[in-house]
Amino acid sequence: MDRRVCMGNEAIALGALKAGVTVVAGYPGTPSTEIIETFVREKAPNVKVQWSTNEKAALEVAAGAAYAGARSMATMKQVGLNVAADPLMSLSYIGINGGMVVAVADDPGPWSSQTEQDTRHFAKYANLPVFDPSSPEEAYEMVQAAFDISEEFGIPVMLRPTTRVCHASAEVMTEEAQSPGPISGFQKKPDWTIFPALSYKKHGELEAKQEKIARRFDSLVFNSLIAGGRRGVAVSGISYLYAREVIEEFGLDVTLFKVGTPYPMPKDMAEKFLSGVESVLVLEELDPVVEEELLLMSFGRVPIFGKRTGHLPPNGEYSYEIVRDALFSYLGIDAQKTEQPFMPELPKRPPVLCAGCPHRASFYEVKAASKNANKVIYCGDIGCYTLGNAAPLNMVDTCLCMGAGITLAQGLKLAEPDSKCIAFIGDSTFFHTGIPGVINAVYQNTDITLVVLDNHTTAMTGHQPHPGTGRTATGEPAKALSIEAILAACGVEHIAVVNPFDYEKAVDAFREAIDFSGPSAVIARAPCIFQTKKPATVRRVNDSCIGCLKCIKQLGCPAMTPGESGKVTIDESLCTDCALCSNVCPVGAIKRSGRDA
Amino acid sequence: MRKSVIIAGVGGQGTLLASKIISEAACARGLFVRTSETIGMAQRGGSVSSHIRIDAKDASPVVPSGHADIILGFELAEAARQIPRLAAGASGVVNMDCIVPTNVALRQGVYLCDEYLSILRERLPGGIFINGAPIALEAGDARTLNMVILGAGIGSGVLPFTEDEVRRVMRRCIRGGMLSVNERALELGMEAAARECR
Repeated sequence: MDRRVCMGNEAIALGALKAGVTVVAGYPGTPSTEIIETFVREKAPNVKVQWSTNEKAALEVAAGAAYAGARSMATMKQVGLNVAADPLMSLSYIGINGGMVVAVADDPGPWSSQTEQDTRHFAKYANLPVFDPSSPEEAYEMVQAAFDISEEFGIPVMLRPTTRVCHASAEVMTEEAQSPGPISGFQKKPDWTIFPALSYKKHGELEAKQEKIARRFDSLVFNSLIAGGRRGVAVSGISYLYAREVIEEFGLDVTLFKVGTPYPMPKDMAEKFLSGVESVLVLEELDPVVEEELLLMSFGRVPIFGKRTGHLPPNGEYSYEIVRDALFSYLGIDAQKTEQPFMPELPKRPPVLCAGCPHRASFYEVKAASKNANKVIYCGDIGCYTLGNAAPLNMVDTCLCMGAGITLAQGLKLAEPDSKCIAFIGDSTFFHTGIPGVINAVYQNTDITLVVLDNHTTAMTGHQPHPGTGRTATGEPAKALSIEAILAACGVEHIAVVNPFDYEKAVDAFREAIDFSGPSAVIARAPCIFQTKKPATVRRVNDSCIGCLKCIKQLGCPAMTPGESGKVTIDESLCTDCALCSNVCPVGAIKRSGRDA
Repeated sequence: MRKSVIIAGVGGQGTLLASKIISEAACARGLFVRTSETIGMAQRGGSVSSHIRIDAKDASPVVPSGHADIILGFELAEAARQIPRLAAGASGVVNMDCIVPTNVALRQGVYLCDEYLSILRERLPGGIFINGAPIALEAGDARTLNMVILGAGIGSGVLPFTEDEVRRVMRRCIRGGMLSVNERALELGMEAAARECR
């Protein structure tokens, strides 16, 4: 036994290693990314780890390994599960041989996501059991139990941590990883091939399993009843810790039903809970999953309060404060009014493109190249470059989901033929779901311009490799797929590759591509600033600065601020000498200089 | 006894490492520790905060409002932003250097340097206020601001850990080549706190 402080995502990976996992596949996405990164760091012998092209690929790779009897795991964020939904729905019918855990991180808030969808609902929709950890130490135990349950019932099991579990740390008692046992190997049988007649049979079997799993869950330690007063409180996930702190701090007398498996609900335990209380308050983030299960079971016997009754918010993450106020109101406790201290106005501080980010140059150049067009629509996508939406760039008019920019641009162009529609996509997103959209543009001959912002990494999630980088998750050399060759193979007839820091050439290349009739593409290629060493030179503003602030107003570079003298100052600890500002300055006041800092 | 620490800063300032060192030091002392971090989109120059709760098994990983015993402010406005989380009698170390957000430079919103400083001084009567950036540069790397603040925290007694405890964790958490510059920053931070306390 080893006592260590573990992040939730780390605990999930260590728990899976303890359970003897052999094959792990995922696609990066906040807040799930560090699960795979922990497997990479641990370098466990005989465990195969990969960053897959996308979540669908990851889930199918993990399923194949589980068909052959290996224990396997797929990891992703909640919106990644939408991409992997197709294999998941069929896999629940077909089932697996070796234990398979699908770890899907939800993001209440949301902090770094497009949606606040609830994976517990997805699990229920797919008829798959789901574990909802309340803490890193519980996640470590749960993932091991999830493998056992998966093998016992022959179906994948879902683990749904949320941001405050994934990115929280706690003391975890870890045990030695188990080296994977011998793998039974793939056994040929008709049941691996989905056909309507088989689906009918398997659907019936799957439904029959639900009741059995619900009974099995009664015996798991993750579900518990902490007896107290006649007022009941049911909690799932991180809300458990918020509730525990409030209950202890204020000495509240309630009966607490901790739900570790929201679907299927532990049946006898839920019945026992409902028969021992006069009412129930449900504390769970995102959708009212536990609330609805309890409503169905109680069938009007016991009033159930929660999101459906307006006692708790339907969106956003919960907190100690939200849980405290809900408990006070439920128990009729007068909340002491805390005096709000005076606070001066604070600046908003949204995330921004880094100083020296090549995307800023590309956005600025595309803006310059398209300034004479009648109407231009800039379709963005998911990644650091979504931050190009902010002033002063204002270069993201749409952003929907991974890979959607290319295809949204085509629809916009069809509806507004006189507009110029320009789609931006990052290199990792291009491989993830961009390519089918390119093929569609060529096939339909829709006149859009695609800008691939190729910084040679998956930057936003922390610089993971992808099929274009020439290395695998574990750092092994790999064949580097060429984006220009793929575009050419897809039939794109105008393809240019530019360095976005070569200002004049880049603007010309963007202009030519926009003027080209038919689908065109420009690959703007320069490494993410985190992938290269800072140069020994920086840009410095000299005395000829007239204080017009054009550089700041047009670029919004975080290294530049208006100084007290009215002239611009550049923070040398942030500057990477990208020189974009020198191209903007009307009086040539920004020059290269040696770095002091 | 339960202690809640909040670290406030701007994405990229190294709050995560400071949080890791504090939580590891608490764990090494046998105390149950929980933390919660801002990881993801906000790391690109946005507001970030790390929450550390020591001796806190059945408690939220996020420091509730009015519960923070200690604040380490890496940036002035970000420290001020966390005032509602401070407990009565809280103590802290605040870096007085200002990072003015790009949107303020674009004339959206305000940055009220003097007001943030005066309200923080009022709420943290025994607080340590330093200019950390030049100290980090003196140590040899602007990125060691986190160790300067940590040093000021232990040097002033704001953080309940000894220099030895922190150094032991640093040796485990910081890569070989970067260790000495970080240790130098820790020492300079301790000296700065000693000057302030005098």
